[in-house]
Amino acid sequence: MILDYVLIMAMVTYLIRMLPMVIFKRKLENKYVKSFLYYVPFAVLGAMTIPDIFTSTSSVYSAIAGTIVAVFLSLKEKGLLICAISACFTVYAVEFLLRFI
Amino acid sequence: MDGLPIGLGYLSVSFTFGMMAVNTGFSVFDALLISMTNLTSAGQFAGIGLISSGAPYIEMILTQFIINLRYALMSLSLSQKTDGTFSFLHRLLISFGITDEIFAVASGKPGEIGIRYMYGLISIPYTGWTLGTLTGAGFCTILPDTFRSALSIAIYAMFIAIIIPPAKKSRPVFNVLMIAVALSCIIRYTPFLNRVSGGFAIIICAFVAATIGAKLYPLEEVTK
Repeated sequence: MILDYVLIMAMVTYLIRMLPMVIFKRKLENKYVKSFLYYVPFAVLGAMTIPDIFTSTSSVYSAIAGTIVAVFLSLKEKGLLICAISACFTVYAVEFLLRFI
Repeated sequence: MDGLPIGLGYLSVSFTFGMMAVNTGFSVFDALLISMTNLTSAGQFAGIGLISSGAPYIEMILTQFIINLRYALMSLSLSQKTDGTFSFLHRLLISFGITDEIFAVASGKPGEIGIRYMYGLISIPYTGWTLGTLTGAGFCTILPDTFRSALSIAIYAMFIAIIIPPAKKSRPVFNVLMIAVALSCIIRYTPFLNRVSGGFAIIICAFVAATIGAKLYPLEEVTK
């Protein structure tokens, strides 16, 4: 019973990912389509990050602090790992401090 | 090595998934099986909800379709970035590993990407996803909340580190980003519109923002 559901979930999820990858083997030529696809990653990531990042931690203040640190470090182009770890530490530190307020 | 921050982030998410699944009445094996065959956070969380409420199969199909449709967009975008090493079989395998984060890192890498890079990029997060589910489900104990809370921002911080450097250098990219962010906030905070599921909202935002970008700033020579 559960296995049927899992199978359906897995199939639908896989087909969505697999078909475009297999079908569009050749490079597209159209200028607008290419531009569209060039902009998609930024748009997707932007929409996924904001506003969700502000509710990702247990306090909106720690989330804002983490966001500021992440934005600052990425403006300095510090790389993914540094950015992610620093944001985590900031959130942890702020939430630690918040307990004393 | 690019997969490491993703893998770390996945540990905490899949840990939560494992715990939730067991709390909802799934066995450790079921939880693990779902994680290993699906590899999609929002889809899996919605999935266990639907299964435990005994929803009809068609509802499961539609829900997964809508939540995960954004992967089609990502898959399409990545298919344009592949170099000559991607055979049919490799495409079949690689496409299984396209997630928000893996897509983000792969598309942020300059130039074309090869098959070895993709396998390397996918393997660590997949392992993290599996291990996180296993430990979360197996122990069903709770990390201190502050610890979990701190880890959960990791994924978003990584997204920020991916999008900001290009947005700083390119005005069109910056504008597309701002449009997407604005739309995303509008959908989230407007009554009625906020009932749109997260996955679907992302598709709308990305489609509109990228379309406006392509119309206003078509690139003569797309340099990726």
